[in-house]
Amino acid sequence: MNVSKITMAHGSGGRDSAELMRDIFGRHFANEVLDRLEDGAVLPPSPESLVVSTDSFVVTPIEFRGGDIGKLSVCGTVNDVLMMGAIPEYLTCGFILEEGLDIAVLDRIAMSMAAAAREADVLIVAGDTKVVEGRNNGLMINTTGIGTLRDRSAHPSAANARPGDVVIVSGNLGDHHACILSARMGIANNIGSDCAILCEMADSLLNNDIDVHVMRDVTRGGLGTVLNEIANASGQVVELSEQEIPVDAEVRDFCGIMGLDPLYMGNEGKLVAIVPQAQAERALDLMRAAEAGRHARAIGKVIGADVNVGRGSVVMRTKIGGTRRVDVLFGEGLPRIC
Amino acid sequence: MKSIYEKLEYLKARKAPPLKLMEVCGTHTAAIFKSGIRGVLSPTIRLISGPGCPVCVTPASYIDRCVAYAHTPDHTVACFGDMLKVPGSVCSLSEAKAEGGRVEMIYSPFEVADLAAAEPRQTFIIAAVGFETTAPAYALLMDELTERGIENVKLLTALKSAIPAIEWICESEESVDGFLCPGHVSVVTGSGVYEPLAARYGKPFVVAGFEEMHLVDAIYELARLAEDHRSSAANPAETSLVRNLYGEAVSAEGNTKARRVTARYFEAGRATWRGLGELDESGLYLRDEYRRFDAGSHDLAEDVALPDGCRCADVITGRIDPDECPMFGTACAPGRPAGPCMVSSEGACGIWYSNRG
Repeated sequence: MNVSKITMAHGSGGRDSAELMRDIFGRHFANEVLDRLEDGAVLPPSPESLVVSTDSFVVTPIEFRGGDIGKLSVCGTVNDVLMMGAIPEYLTCGFILEEGLDIAVLDRIAMSMAAAAREADVLIVAGDTKVVEGRNNGLMINTTGIGTLRDRSAHPSAANARPGDVVIVSGNLGDHHACILSARMGIANNIGSDCAILCEMADSLLNNDIDVHVMRDVTRGGLGTVLNEIANASGQVVELSEQEIPVDAEVRDFCGIMGLDPLYMGNEGKLVAIVPQAQAERALDLMRAAEAGRHARAIGKVIGADVNVGRGSVVMRTKIGGTRRVDVLFGEGLPRIC
Repeated sequence: MKSIYEKLEYLKARKAPPLKLMEVCGTHTAAIFKSGIRGVLSPTIRLISGPGCPVCVTPASYIDRCVAYAHTPDHTVACFGDMLKVPGSVCSLSEAKAEGGRVEMIYSPFEVADLAAAEPRQTFIIAAVGFETTAPAYALLMDELTERGIENVKLLTALKSAIPAIEWICESEESVDGFLCPGHVSVVTGSGVYEPLAARYGKPFVVAGFEEMHLVDAIYELARLAEDHRSSAANPAETSLVRNLYGEAVSAEGNTKARRVTARYFEAGRATWRGLGELDESGLYLRDEYRRFDAGSHDLAEDVALPDGCRCADVITGRIDPDECPMFGTACAPGRPAGPCMVSSEGACGIWYSNRG
């Protein structure tokens, strides 16, 4: 590329657009489907049902400790497809670039997307670029993921939680949220985003005969919100044990200062799995063997009903033996976190 | 010296006469619910919430003024997230933003200095709400604004001192047997500030932190002091009824440096508290020499009436528990709040609602 910044010409569809495609996206994302450079991608037929999920990514800052908007845009969509019990196979990506964006930054972000796609074993098969006037010299990305369902009869679902099941979370809560907030506030610390592809962990559970009743990624709204959705959908009560909730010490201190609760903070590389009690130990071992699951913990159980709360609720057993209700996130949360 | 577990056991089994203890600060209300201690305590100990949520005691007329600024051309309102959904008599700042008003959510007042420097034609109105704890940050912002020569920032202050409100409660709510003092406010004021109140009203004041074991310790200490004081009531005790159990953060004299920087820019004046009315010397206003940075904070004495049925005022003063309000959970819930206590993360109604059965 002979210029260093994105200009309106890069979105014109003319020569500058073609250069951008060739030198950045084509170079990093190359594969036999994309390389045909047609108006659309032709994909081979699949005997299984297809799962499709789409997500847009608007995080600021666009590069942060532990990841960037590109890695996030692959992880977020791949993980959503994965949580349906599907095998992610293809991605499309739409870029909305702001005039003035450094092409070197875009190159780094495309490279990081390509690395995440390789890790997830998905091909980026179609894409689009637009350039808009903007205030931040940034970019936004939309990705759509396509996967094939493993087994149409028994995929995990929030409605499948059963009394006696064990609730497992794959690691420390709140890292991504605390990382983004620290960056925005200019607070120097060692907190990094947990942004990660969850394929290895999910594959390990689903390919080893664990009867995973529920599997959900824990993103915006935090664990508290996800567990309420599960309790609601299944009509059960989820009971958590406060002392088992895993939070990194530095994130815990950060939350204390900022008045934040890790239960409601966003994550980008965490899942919650609900499995039968008899398989819980083995499920934990499998999850911990995966890089993204090394801090996995059993944090509670599913109970049919509780005298104090109605069905569809989440309760916490506190350290001093009391209980409290864990509700969904209310209020604004932190904008532009993903 | 009893261990914390022995103290907890005592509080679980306590049979002595009923005790009504007020946690002044909203952060304590949140910590109390988070710890689950209410369900563990003996029924003889009742914990009530006080006026220590700065957003909750801010009159609706203040929100109305902020909304008006958001819709004024070339003006932007900057506020903390807590303020966004607080209903004014017309709408909230969040609704004003959706209708095209300019509102920026900030995490620190210092962000505004950079925003203002980047957009010199905009006037940034900071919704400066808070207690002794928050005021020094605004004073330091004033330092920065004057140093950098930034003139397009104004403060609409509803800064308050918690101490006159505690005194108001002592004066008008005799049934409160003791106070769990606000931890963060005490960092600035010092625990010594409660000595005259404790002596005059014969009630214990305990300063504590926010962890569950801090709470157990503080409630035990309040119960013990109140019982001892009752049993020796005929002969008023010479010894102090103030205890500081938060020594790692709070000293007797407090943070004099923070108070000094606050006093450089702000002076005390009359202020209106939702539920309590006007209290002398309870508000902080920019001094005359900095009045050009003020956005009209003095003319907000009149509060608009609360919505019909809203018992915010009784909740703030601890006269009722939030779920005794007829609107609680029905006409008033976090998604569609009628009063500020349902919105703020330190508001008693919102905290009760998220812990409802």
